[in-house]
Amino acid sequence: MSADPKWTPDQPIVSIVDVHKSFGKVEVLKGVSLDVRKGEVVCIIGPSGSGKSTLLRCINALVSIDSGSIKVAGREVHDAALDKLALRRNVGMVFQQYNLFPHKTALENVMMAPMLVLKRQRTEVEEHARQLIKKVRLSGKEDAYPGELSGGQQQRVAIARSLAMNPGVMLFDEVTAALDPETVKEVLVTIRDLAEEGMTCMLVTHEMGFAREIGDHIYFTDHGVIVEHGAPETFFKDAQDSRTREFLSQIL
Amino acid sequence: MKGTPIRRAPLAPIERTSYDSGWRLQAFTPNALVIVSALLVLVIAASTAYAQIGGPAGRLGILDSISKWLPLILFGPPREFGGMVLNIAVSFLAMAIGTVMGAGLGLGLISTHTGIRSAAWGATQFFRNAPWLVLLFFVMLLTPFQVKIGGFTIPLPAWIKATAGLSLPVMANVAEILRGAVNSIPTGQWESAESLAFSRSQTLWRIILPQCVKRMAAPWMNLYAILTMSTPLISIVGVNDAMTLTQDALAAEQRTELLMPMYTLLLVLFFFYCYPIARWTLRIERTYSVKT
Repeated sequence: MSADPKWTPDQPIVSIVDVHKSFGKVEVLKGVSLDVRKGEVVCIIGPSGSGKSTLLRCINALVSIDSGSIKVAGREVHDAALDKLALRRNVGMVFQQYNLFPHKTALENVMMAPMLVLKRQRTEVEEHARQLIKKVRLSGKEDAYPGELSGGQQQRVAIARSLAMNPGVMLFDEVTAALDPETVKEVLVTIRDLAEEGMTCMLVTHEMGFAREIGDHIYFTDHGVIVEHGAPETFFKDAQDSRTREFLSQIL
Repeated sequence: MKGTPIRRAPLAPIERTSYDSGWRLQAFTPNALVIVSALLVLVIAASTAYAQIGGPAGRLGILDSISKWLPLILFGPPREFGGMVLNIAVSFLAMAIGTVMGAGLGLGLISTHTGIRSAAWGATQFFRNAPWLVLLFFVMLLTPFQVKIGGFTIPLPAWIKATAGLSLPVMANVAEILRGAVNSIPTGQWESAESLAFSRSQTLWRIILPQCVKRMAAPWMNLYAILTMSTPLISIVGVNDAMTLTQDALAAEQRTELLMPMYTLLLVLFFFYCYPIARWTLRIERTYSVKT
Protein backbone atom coordinates (compact mmCIF):
# COMPACT_ATOMS: atom_id res chain seq x y z
CA MET A 1 0.00 0.00 0.00
CA SER A 2 1.40 3.35 -0.88
CA ALA A 3 1.48 5.71 2.06
CA ASP A 4 -0.90 8.62 2.24
CA PRO A 5 0.68 11.67 0.54
CA LYS A 6 0.41 13.70 3.75
CA TRP A 7 2.14 10.99 5.79
CA THR A 8 5.86 11.40 6.51
CA PRO A 9 8.12 8.77 8.09
CA ASP A 10 8.51 10.82 11.27
CA GLN A 11 4.80 10.37 11.98
CA PRO A 12 3.57 7.12 13.57
CA ILE A 13 3.36 4.30 11.01
CA VAL A 14 0.50 2.80 13.03
CA SER A 15 -1.80 5.23 14.77
CA ILE A 16 -4.71 3.90 16.83
CA VAL A 17 -7.17 6.37 18.33
CA ASP A 18 -10.03 5.52 20.69
CA VAL A 19 -10.90 2.17 19.11
CA HIS A 20 -14.02 0.38 20.31
CA LYS A 21 -15.00 -3.16 19.35
CA SER A 22 -17.72 -5.49 20.61
CA PHE A 23 -18.43 -9.10 19.80
CA GLY A 24 -22.16 -9.35 20.45
CA LYS A 25 -22.68 -8.01 23.95
CA VAL A 26 -19.05 -8.37 24.96
CA GLU A 27 -17.05 -5.20 24.53
CA VAL A 28 -13.46 -6.33 24.00
CA LEU A 29 -11.89 -2.98 23.14
CA LYS A 30 -13.10 0.02 25.13
CA GLY A 31 -11.30 3.00 23.69
CA VAL A 32 -7.75 1.92 22.91
CA SER A 33 -5.19 4.43 21.63
CA LEU A 34 -1.56 3.85 20.80
CA ASP A 35 1.09 4.92 18.32
CA VAL A 36 3.91 2.95 16.75
CA ARG A 37 6.76 4.76 15.01
CA LYS A 38 8.76 3.35 12.16
CA GLY A 39 11.44 0.93 13.39
CA GLU A 40 9.90 0.75 16.82
CA VAL A 41 9.18 -2.52 18.67
CA VAL A 42 6.00 -2.34 20.71
CA CYS A 43 5.00 -5.13 23.07
CA ILE A 44 1.45 -5.56 24.30
CA ILE A 45 1.05 -7.61 27.43
CA GLY A 46 -1.89 -8.40 29.64
CA PRO A 47 -4.12 -11.17 30.91
CA SER A 48 -5.99 -13.48 28.53
CA GLY A 49 -9.17 -12.02 27.14
CA SER A 50 -8.01 -8.43 27.53
CA GLY A 51 -8.40 -7.72 23.80
CA LYS A 52 -4.74 -7.89 22.75
CA SER A 53 -5.20 -10.28 19.85
CA THR A 54 -8.34 -8.49 18.67
CA LEU A 55 -6.42 -5.23 18.57
CA LEU A 56 -3.76 -6.75 16.30
CA ARG A 57 -6.43 -8.23 14.04
CA CYS A 58 -8.03 -4.81 13.66
CA ILE A 59 -4.78 -3.37 12.32
CA ASN A 60 -4.82 -5.53 9.18
CA ALA A 61 -8.62 -5.43 8.93
CA LEU A 62 -9.15 -9.11 9.73
CA VAL A 63 -11.59 -7.72 12.30
CA SER A 64 -13.66 -4.57 11.74
CA ILE A 65 -13.93 -1.89 14.42
CA ASP A 66 -17.09 -0.26 15.75
CA SER A 67 -15.70 3.24 16.27
CA GLY A 68 -12.44 5.12 16.47
CA SER A 69 -9.64 5.23 13.95
CA ILE A 70 -6.72 3.05 12.91
CA LYS A 71 -4.26 4.49 10.43
CA VAL A 72 -1.40 2.61 8.83
CA ALA A 73 1.07 4.90 7.05
CA GLY A 74 -1.52 7.65 7.19
CA ARG A 75 -4.33 5.69 5.59
CA GLU A 76 -7.52 4.88 7.47
CA VAL A 77 -7.79 1.08 7.71
CA HIS A 78 -11.52 0.95 8.26
CA ASP A 79 -12.46 3.23 5.40
CA ALA A 80 -14.82 1.22 3.18
CA ALA A 81 -13.02 2.60 0.11
CA LEU A 82 -9.62 1.33 1.27
CA ASP A 83 -8.17 -1.58 -0.67
CA LYS A 84 -7.83 -4.18 2.10
CA LEU A 85 -5.52 -6.33 0.01
CA ALA A 86 -3.19 -3.37 -0.47
CA LEU A 87 -3.19 -2.79 3.28
CA ARG A 88 -2.37 -6.42 3.99
CA ARG A 89 0.52 -6.38 1.54
CA ASN A 90 2.09 -3.81 3.88
CA VAL A 91 1.19 -5.46 7.20
CA GLY A 92 2.55 -8.95 7.89
CA MET A 93 1.02 -11.12 10.56
CA VAL A 94 2.25 -14.21 12.40
CA PHE A 95 -0.18 -16.29 14.42
CA GLN A 96 -0.06 -18.37 17.56
CA GLN A 97 -0.97 -21.54 15.66
CA TYR A 98 1.51 -20.85 12.79
CA ASN A 99 -1.25 -21.54 10.22
CA LEU A 100 1.16 -22.76 7.58
CA PHE A 101 -0.48 -24.26 4.53
CA PRO A 102 -0.12 -28.00 5.24
CA HIS A 103 -0.32 -29.08 1.59
CA LYS A 104 2.67 -26.95 0.57
CA THR A 105 6.36 -27.31 1.41
CA ALA A 106 8.16 -24.72 3.51
CA LEU A 107 9.58 -23.09 0.38
CA GLU A 108 6.19 -23.07 -1.37
CA ASN A 109 4.58 -21.55 1.71
CA VAL A 110 7.03 -18.67 1.50
CA MET A 111 6.71 -18.32 -2.29
CA MET A 112 2.94 -18.45 -2.67
CA ALA A 113 1.96 -14.92 -1.71
CA PRO A 114 4.62 -13.06 -3.72
CA MET A 115 3.77 -15.16 -6.78
CA LEU A 116 -0.02 -15.08 -6.53
CA VAL A 117 -0.55 -11.68 -4.96
CA LEU A 118 2.38 -9.63 -6.21
CA LYS A 119 2.56 -11.59 -9.51
CA ARG A 120 6.35 -11.76 -9.38
CA GLN A 121 8.46 -14.10 -11.48
CA ARG A 122 9.10 -17.56 -10.02
CA THR A 123 12.91 -17.41 -10.27
CA GLU A 124 13.10 -14.06 -8.52
CA VAL A 125 10.63 -15.13 -5.82
CA GLU A 126 12.40 -18.43 -5.24
CA GLU A 127 15.75 -16.74 -4.73
CA HIS A 128 14.26 -14.36 -2.19
CA ALA A 129 12.39 -17.20 -0.47
CA ARG A 130 15.57 -19.25 -0.09
CA GLN A 131 17.31 -16.22 1.42
CA LEU A 132 14.47 -15.77 3.90
CA ILE A 133 14.55 -19.43 4.91
CA LYS A 134 18.26 -19.06 5.48
CA LYS A 135 17.60 -15.94 7.51
CA VAL A 136 15.25 -17.80 9.86
CA ARG A 137 17.95 -20.50 10.12
CA LEU A 138 16.06 -23.25 8.33
CA SER A 139 18.34 -23.93 5.37
CA GLY A 140 17.91 -27.55 4.32
CA LYS A 141 14.22 -27.61 5.32
CA GLU A 142 12.97 -25.97 2.12
CA ASP A 143 11.27 -29.10 0.86
CA ALA A 144 9.85 -30.24 4.20
CA TYR A 145 6.09 -30.13 4.70
CA PRO A 146 4.78 -28.32 7.80
CA GLY A 147 3.77 -31.65 9.35
CA GLU A 148 7.42 -32.72 9.26
CA LEU A 149 8.65 -29.64 11.14
CA SER A 150 8.63 -28.90 14.86
CA GLY A 151 6.46 -26.09 16.19
CA GLY A 152 9.38 -23.71 16.42
CA GLN A 153 10.46 -24.51 12.88
CA GLN A 154 6.93 -24.04 11.58
CA GLN A 155 6.68 -20.70 13.32
CA ARG A 156 9.94 -19.55 11.72
CA VAL A 157 8.64 -20.59 8.31
CA ALA A 158 5.53 -18.53 9.09
CA ILE A 159 7.73 -15.54 9.86
CA ALA A 160 9.64 -16.02 6.60
CA ARG A 161 6.33 -16.31 4.75
CA SER A 162 5.20 -12.93 6.09
CA LEU A 163 8.55 -11.32 5.35
CA ALA A 164 8.35 -12.47 1.74
CA MET A 165 5.79 -9.73 1.12
CA ASN A 166 8.28 -7.06 2.31
CA PRO A 167 5.83 -5.62 4.81
CA GLY A 168 6.36 -2.26 6.52
CA VAL A 169 4.94 -3.54 9.81
CA MET A 170 4.97 -7.01 11.36
CA LEU A 171 2.32 -8.17 13.84
CA PHE A 172 3.13 -11.09 16.12
CA ASP A 173 0.16 -12.62 17.92
CA GLU A 174 1.41 -14.71 20.85
CA VAL A 175 3.72 -16.49 18.48
CA THR A 176 5.45 -18.57 21.14
CA ALA A 177 2.39 -19.46 23.20
CA ALA A 178 1.79 -22.81 21.47
CA LEU A 179 5.44 -23.85 21.41
CA ASP A 180 7.34 -26.31 23.52
CA PRO A 181 9.57 -24.43 25.97
CA GLU A 182 12.76 -25.59 24.28
CA THR A 183 11.75 -24.18 20.89
CA VAL A 184 10.55 -20.81 22.16
CA LYS A 185 14.04 -19.39 22.12
CA GLU A 186 14.74 -20.08 18.45
CA VAL A 187 11.62 -18.13 17.49
CA LEU A 188 12.46 -15.25 19.82
CA VAL A 189 15.97 -15.06 18.37
CA THR A 190 14.46 -14.76 14.89
CA ILE A 191 12.20 -11.92 16.00
CA ARG A 192 15.08 -10.18 17.75
CA ASP A 193 17.11 -10.32 14.54
CA LEU A 194 14.24 -8.62 12.74
CA ALA A 195 13.88 -5.96 15.40
CA GLU A 196 17.59 -5.24 15.26
CA GLU A 197 17.36 -4.76 11.51
CA GLY A 198 14.84 -2.01 12.11
CA MET A 199 11.60 -3.80 11.27
CA THR A 200 8.59 -2.16 12.88
CA CYS A 201 7.08 -4.82 15.12
CA MET A 202 4.01 -5.14 17.29
CA LEU A 203 4.07 -8.15 19.58
CA VAL A 204 1.37 -9.57 21.78
CA THR A 205 3.37 -11.76 24.12
CA HIS A 206 3.57 -13.49 27.45
CA GLU A 207 7.36 -13.65 27.34
CA MET A 208 8.10 -10.81 29.78
CA GLY A 209 11.86 -11.24 29.67
CA PHE A 210 11.79 -10.97 25.92
CA ALA A 211 9.47 -7.94 25.94
CA ARG A 212 11.83 -6.23 28.35
CA GLU A 213 14.85 -7.08 26.21
CA ILE A 214 13.65 -6.00 22.77
CA GLY A 215 10.65 -3.74 23.41
CA ASP A 216 10.98 0.00 22.90
CA HIS A 217 7.62 0.51 24.50
CA ILE A 218 5.42 -1.77 26.62
CA TYR A 219 1.63 -1.52 26.79
CA PHE A 220 -0.34 -3.30 29.47
CA THR A 221 -3.99 -4.01 28.61
CA ASP A 222 -6.73 -5.28 30.86
CA HIS A 223 -10.44 -5.60 30.12
CA GLY A 224 -10.21 -3.77 26.82
CA VAL A 225 -8.31 -0.70 27.96
CA ILE A 226 -4.66 0.24 28.10
CA VAL A 227 -3.98 0.46 31.80
CA GLU A 228 -0.41 1.61 31.63
CA HIS A 229 2.44 2.00 29.21
CA GLY A 230 6.03 3.08 29.20
CA ALA A 231 9.60 2.24 28.31
CA PRO A 232 10.58 -1.24 29.55
CA GLU A 233 13.05 0.00 32.19
CA THR A 234 10.46 2.08 34.00
CA PHE A 235 7.49 -0.17 33.18
CA PHE A 236 8.92 -3.32 34.72
CA LYS A 237 10.67 -1.61 37.64
CA ASP A 238 8.05 0.74 38.96
CA ALA A 239 4.64 0.12 37.53
CA GLN A 240 2.13 2.62 38.88
CA ASP A 241 -1.20 0.87 38.52
CA SER A 242 -2.14 -1.86 40.98
CA ARG A 243 -3.50 -4.10 38.21
CA THR A 244 -0.18 -3.93 36.37
CA ARG A 245 1.74 -4.71 39.53
CA GLU A 246 -0.51 -7.65 40.31
CA PHE A 247 -0.14 -9.04 36.78
CA LEU A 248 3.62 -8.65 36.79
CA SER A 249 3.95 -10.26 40.21
CA GLN A 250 2.01 -13.28 38.97
CA ILE A 251 3.93 -13.77 35.77
CA LEU A 252 7.51 -12.80 36.67
CA MET B 1 12.88 -15.00 31.91
CA LYS B 2 13.13 -15.95 35.49
CA GLY B 3 11.08 -18.07 37.86
CA THR B 4 9.14 -21.07 36.66
CA PRO B 5 8.30 -21.12 32.98
CA ILE B 6 4.65 -20.79 32.04
CA ARG B 7 3.11 -24.22 31.95
CA ARG B 8 1.82 -25.19 28.56
CA ALA B 9 -0.64 -27.89 27.73
CA PRO B 10 1.30 -30.72 26.06
CA LEU B 11 0.76 -30.80 22.33
CA ALA B 12 -1.01 -33.83 21.00
CA PRO B 13 1.75 -36.03 19.61
CA ILE B 14 1.52 -36.58 15.89
CA GLU B 15 2.21 -40.23 15.48
CA ARG B 16 0.70 -43.21 13.84
CA THR B 17 -0.95 -45.77 16.02
CA SER B 18 0.62 -49.21 16.09
CA TYR B 19 -2.54 -50.56 14.49
CA ASP B 20 -2.05 -48.19 11.62
CA SER B 21 1.61 -48.86 10.97
CA GLY B 22 1.01 -52.47 9.97
CA TRP B 23 -1.94 -51.68 7.76
CA ARG B 24 -2.02 -53.21 4.32
CA LEU B 25 -4.79 -52.97 1.79
CA GLN B 26 -6.72 -56.18 2.04
CA ALA B 27 -9.76 -56.04 -0.13
CA PHE B 28 -11.25 -59.06 1.59
CA THR B 29 -10.45 -60.07 5.08
CA PRO B 30 -10.68 -63.85 5.50
CA ASN B 31 -13.50 -63.41 8.01
CA ALA B 32 -15.81 -61.54 5.68
CA LEU B 33 -15.07 -63.96 2.85
CA VAL B 34 -15.91 -66.95 5.03
CA ILE B 35 -19.11 -65.43 6.36
CA VAL B 36 -20.49 -64.45 2.97
CA SER B 37 -19.51 -67.71 1.29
CA ALA B 38 -21.04 -69.62 4.18
CA LEU B 39 -24.29 -67.70 3.70
CA LEU B 40 -24.49 -68.71 0.05
CA VAL B 41 -23.61 -72.37 0.78
CA LEU B 42 -26.13 -72.51 3.61
CA VAL B 43 -28.97 -71.08 1.51
CA ILE B 44 -28.20 -73.44 -1.38
CA ALA B 45 -28.04 -76.43 0.95
CA ALA B 46 -31.30 -75.52 2.67
CA SER B 47 -33.07 -74.92 -0.64
CA THR B 48 -31.73 -78.19 -2.04
CA ALA B 49 -33.05 -80.05 0.97
CA TYR B 50 -36.41 -78.31 0.56
CA ALA B 51 -36.53 -79.15 -3.13
CA GLN B 52 -35.83 -82.85 -2.44
CA ILE B 53 -38.68 -83.08 0.04
CA GLY B 54 -41.43 -81.59 -2.11
CA GLY B 55 -40.35 -80.93 -5.69
CA PRO B 56 -40.90 -83.27 -8.65
CA ALA B 57 -37.89 -85.17 -9.91
CA GLY B 58 -36.05 -84.52 -13.18
CA ARG B 59 -35.26 -80.87 -12.56
CA LEU B 60 -31.90 -79.18 -12.51
CA GLY B 61 -30.24 -78.90 -9.10
CA ILE B 62 -30.09 -75.51 -7.38
CA LEU B 63 -26.42 -74.99 -8.23
CA ASP B 64 -26.96 -75.87 -11.88
CA SER B 65 -29.88 -73.44 -12.07
CA ILE B 66 -27.80 -70.68 -10.55
CA SER B 67 -24.93 -71.24 -12.94
CA LYS B 68 -27.39 -71.31 -15.82
CA TRP B 69 -28.70 -67.83 -14.96
CA LEU B 70 -25.49 -66.28 -13.66
CA PRO B 71 -24.18 -65.03 -17.06
CA LEU B 72 -27.53 -63.33 -17.74
CA ILE B 73 -27.60 -61.66 -14.32
CA LEU B 74 -24.00 -60.50 -14.66
CA PHE B 75 -23.90 -59.38 -18.30
CA GLY B 76 -27.53 -59.10 -19.43
CA PRO B 77 -29.16 -60.71 -22.47
CA PRO B 78 -26.84 -61.40 -25.46
CA ARG B 79 -26.01 -58.24 -27.44
CA GLU B 80 -27.95 -56.11 -24.98
CA PHE B 81 -26.79 -53.75 -22.28
CA GLY B 82 -27.93 -55.07 -18.94
CA GLY B 83 -27.27 -57.06 -15.80
CA MET B 84 -24.78 -56.26 -13.08
CA VAL B 85 -22.58 -54.59 -15.70
CA LEU B 86 -25.35 -52.05 -16.21
CA ASN B 87 -25.70 -51.46 -12.47
CA ILE B 88 -22.01 -50.67 -12.28
CA ALA B 89 -22.10 -48.48 -15.39
CA VAL B 90 -25.07 -46.56 -13.99
CA SER B 91 -23.30 -46.14 -10.65
CA PHE B 92 -20.15 -44.80 -12.35
CA LEU B 93 -22.06 -42.38 -14.53
CA ALA B 94 -24.43 -41.15 -11.84
CA MET B 95 -21.46 -40.63 -9.52
CA ALA B 96 -19.51 -38.72 -12.18
CA ILE B 97 -22.43 -36.50 -13.13
CA GLY B 98 -23.49 -36.05 -9.50
CA THR B 99 -19.96 -35.13 -8.44
CA VAL B 100 -19.50 -32.49 -11.12
CA MET B 101 -22.91 -30.94 -10.45
CA GLY B 102 -22.50 -31.36 -6.68
CA ALA B 103 -19.14 -29.58 -6.71
CA GLY B 104 -20.81 -26.61 -8.39
CA LEU B 105 -23.72 -26.71 -5.97
CA GLY B 106 -21.31 -27.01 -3.03
CA LEU B 107 -19.43 -23.91 -4.18
CA GLY B 108 -22.81 -22.19 -4.28
CA LEU B 109 -23.39 -23.22 -0.65
CA ILE B 110 -20.25 -21.38 0.45
CA SER B 111 -20.71 -18.38 -1.83
CA THR B 112 -20.58 -14.91 -0.30
CA HIS B 113 -23.49 -13.90 -2.54
CA THR B 114 -26.67 -14.32 -0.51
CA GLY B 115 -28.87 -15.09 -3.51
CA ILE B 116 -26.60 -17.82 -4.84
CA ARG B 117 -26.19 -19.27 -1.38
CA SER B 118 -29.94 -19.43 -0.74
CA ALA B 119 -30.66 -20.98 -4.13
CA ALA B 120 -27.93 -23.60 -3.60
CA TRP B 121 -29.20 -24.29 -0.11
CA GLY B 122 -32.75 -24.81 -1.40
CA ALA B 123 -31.66 -27.19 -4.16
CA THR B 124 -29.42 -29.15 -1.78
CA GLN B 125 -32.11 -29.56 0.85
CA PHE B 126 -34.71 -30.55 -1.75
CA PHE B 127 -32.65 -33.27 -3.39
CA ARG B 128 -31.06 -34.51 -0.21
CA ASN B 129 -34.33 -35.03 1.60
CA ALA B 130 -36.34 -36.56 -1.23
CA PRO B 131 -36.61 -40.36 -1.46
CA TRP B 132 -34.35 -41.61 -4.25
CA LEU B 133 -37.12 -43.71 -5.77
CA VAL B 134 -39.47 -40.73 -5.98
CA LEU B 135 -36.78 -38.67 -7.70
CA LEU B 136 -36.26 -41.56 -10.08
CA PHE B 137 -39.96 -41.61 -11.02
CA PHE B 138 -39.98 -37.84 -11.47
CA VAL B 139 -37.10 -37.93 -13.91
CA MET B 140 -38.55 -40.93 -15.78
CA LEU B 141 -41.89 -39.18 -16.20
CA LEU B 142 -40.60 -35.67 -16.88
CA THR B 143 -38.08 -36.54 -19.58
CA PRO B 144 -39.21 -37.64 -23.06
CA PHE B 145 -38.09 -40.98 -24.51
CA GLN B 146 -36.24 -39.09 -27.23
CA VAL B 147 -35.08 -35.55 -27.94
CA LYS B 148 -35.00 -33.83 -31.31
CA ILE B 149 -32.17 -31.41 -31.90
CA GLY B 150 -32.42 -29.91 -35.39
CA GLY B 151 -32.85 -32.85 -37.73
CA PHE B 152 -31.40 -35.40 -35.33
CA THR B 153 -33.44 -37.57 -33.06
CA ILE B 154 -31.55 -38.76 -30.03
CA PRO B 155 -33.24 -41.59 -28.18
CA LEU B 156 -33.13 -41.47 -24.41
CA PRO B 157 -33.13 -45.07 -23.21
CA ALA B 158 -34.57 -45.77 -19.78
CA TRP B 159 -31.19 -46.49 -18.23
CA ILE B 160 -29.90 -43.02 -19.21
CA LYS B 161 -32.93 -41.40 -17.63
CA ALA B 162 -32.48 -43.56 -14.53
CA THR B 163 -28.84 -42.48 -14.32
CA ALA B 164 -29.91 -38.85 -14.44
CA GLY B 165 -32.46 -39.55 -11.71
CA LEU B 166 -29.88 -41.13 -9.40
CA SER B 167 -27.35 -38.38 -10.04
CA LEU B 168 -29.65 -35.81 -8.40
CA PRO B 169 -29.42 -37.10 -4.83
CA VAL B 170 -25.72 -37.77 -5.42
CA MET B 171 -25.32 -34.12 -6.43
CA ALA B 172 -26.98 -32.88 -3.24
CA ASN B 173 -24.91 -35.19 -1.06
CA VAL B 174 -21.64 -34.22 -2.77
CA ALA B 175 -22.55 -30.56 -2.23
CA GLU B 176 -22.98 -31.21 1.48
CA ILE B 177 -19.73 -33.17 1.65
CA LEU B 178 -17.91 -30.24 0.03
CA ARG B 179 -19.50 -27.69 2.34
CA GLY B 180 -18.66 -29.84 5.35
CA ALA B 181 -15.05 -30.24 4.24
CA VAL B 182 -14.63 -26.50 3.69
CA ASN B 183 -16.08 -25.81 7.13
CA SER B 184 -13.75 -28.34 8.71
CA ILE B 185 -10.64 -26.43 7.59
CA PRO B 186 -9.38 -24.44 10.60
CA THR B 187 -10.24 -20.72 10.40
CA GLY B 188 -6.54 -20.00 10.86
CA GLN B 189 -6.01 -21.08 7.25
CA TRP B 190 -8.41 -18.40 6.04
CA GLU B 191 -6.91 -15.82 8.40
CA SER B 192 -3.34 -16.45 7.39
CA ALA B 193 -4.21 -16.44 3.68
CA GLU B 194 -6.17 -13.20 4.11
CA SER B 195 -3.36 -11.58 6.05
CA LEU B 196 -1.04 -12.43 3.14
CA ALA B 197 -3.39 -10.41 0.93
CA PHE B 198 -4.87 -13.38 -0.92
CA SER B 199 -8.24 -12.60 -2.46
CA ARG B 200 -11.17 -14.76 -1.44
CA SER B 201 -11.09 -16.80 -4.62
CA GLN B 202 -7.32 -17.29 -4.35
CA THR B 203 -7.75 -18.44 -0.75
CA LEU B 204 -10.54 -20.82 -1.74
CA TRP B 205 -8.87 -22.36 -4.80
CA ARG B 206 -5.24 -22.38 -3.69
CA ILE B 207 -5.48 -22.97 0.05
CA ILE B 208 -8.84 -24.30 1.17
CA LEU B 209 -10.11 -26.59 -1.60
CA PRO B 210 -6.81 -28.47 -2.13
CA GLN B 211 -6.96 -29.40 1.55
CA CYS B 212 -10.59 -30.49 1.17
CA VAL B 213 -9.86 -33.14 -1.47
CA LYS B 214 -8.32 -35.51 1.07
CA ARG B 215 -11.03 -34.86 3.60
CA MET B 216 -13.73 -35.54 1.01
CA ALA B 217 -12.25 -38.81 -0.26
CA ALA B 218 -13.69 -41.10 2.41
CA PRO B 219 -17.26 -39.70 2.56
CA TRP B 220 -17.29 -39.52 -1.24
CA MET B 221 -16.43 -43.20 -1.58
CA ASN B 222 -18.95 -44.04 1.08
CA LEU B 223 -21.56 -42.22 -0.98
CA TYR B 224 -20.48 -44.21 -4.04
CA ALA B 225 -21.01 -47.51 -2.20
CA ILE B 226 -24.47 -46.36 -1.08
CA LEU B 227 -25.28 -45.33 -4.65
CA THR B 228 -24.20 -48.69 -6.04
CA MET B 229 -26.31 -50.53 -3.50
CA SER B 230 -29.25 -48.34 -4.52
CA THR B 231 -28.97 -49.07 -8.24
CA PRO B 232 -31.45 -52.04 -8.03
CA LEU B 233 -34.05 -49.28 -7.60
CA ILE B 234 -33.86 -48.72 -11.34
CA SER B 235 -35.44 -52.14 -11.89
CA ILE B 236 -38.72 -50.56 -10.77
CA VAL B 237 -38.65 -48.14 -13.69
CA GLY B 238 -38.07 -50.88 -16.23
CA VAL B 239 -34.33 -51.09 -16.73
CA ASN B 240 -32.71 -54.46 -17.44
CA ASP B 241 -30.42 -54.37 -14.42
CA ALA B 242 -29.30 -57.35 -12.33
CA MET B 243 -32.40 -57.10 -10.16
CA THR B 244 -34.84 -57.10 -13.10
CA LEU B 245 -33.07 -60.03 -14.71
CA THR B 246 -33.06 -62.03 -11.47
CA GLN B 247 -36.80 -61.53 -11.23
CA ASP B 248 -37.20 -62.48 -14.90
CA ALA B 249 -35.24 -65.67 -14.28
CA LEU B 250 -37.38 -66.54 -11.27
CA ALA B 251 -40.54 -65.88 -13.28
CA ALA B 252 -39.31 -68.20 -16.02
CA GLU B 253 -38.39 -70.97 -13.56
CA GLN B 254 -41.57 -70.83 -11.45
CA ARG B 255 -39.75 -72.66 -8.62
CA THR B 256 -40.18 -71.40 -5.07
CA GLU B 257 -37.05 -73.21 -3.89
CA LEU B 258 -34.99 -70.98 -6.20
CA LEU B 259 -36.18 -67.70 -4.63
CA MET B 260 -33.77 -67.60 -1.71
CA PRO B 261 -30.68 -68.86 -3.59
CA MET B 262 -31.17 -66.40 -6.45
CA TYR B 263 -31.66 -63.38 -4.22
CA THR B 264 -28.73 -64.49 -2.09
CA LEU B 265 -26.66 -64.68 -5.25
CA LEU B 266 -27.60 -61.08 -6.04
CA LEU B 267 -26.72 -60.05 -2.53
CA VAL B 268 -23.34 -61.75 -2.78
CA LEU B 269 -22.60 -60.12 -6.15
CA PHE B 270 -23.22 -56.66 -4.71
CA PHE B 271 -21.32 -57.52 -1.58
CA PHE B 272 -18.26 -58.59 -3.58
CA TYR B 273 -18.32 -55.27 -5.41
CA CYS B 274 -19.12 -52.92 -2.52
CA TYR B 275 -17.20 -54.52 0.31
CA PRO B 276 -13.71 -53.81 -1.11
CA ILE B 277 -14.80 -50.21 -1.60
CA ALA B 278 -15.79 -50.02 2.06
CA ARG B 279 -12.41 -51.47 3.06
CA TRP B 280 -10.59 -49.05 0.83
CA THR B 281 -12.61 -46.14 2.26
CA LEU B 282 -11.62 -47.20 5.74
CA ARG B 283 -7.99 -47.26 4.71
CA ILE B 284 -8.21 -43.77 3.20
CA GLU B 285 -9.91 -42.52 6.35
CA ARG B 286 -7.09 -43.89 8.50
CA THR B 287 -4.34 -42.52 6.31
CA TYR B 288 -5.79 -39.03 6.11
CA SER B 289 -7.05 -38.71 9.64
CA VAL B 290 -3.56 -39.16 11.07
CA LYS B 291 -1.67 -36.66 8.95
CA THR B 292 -2.58 -33.03 8.04
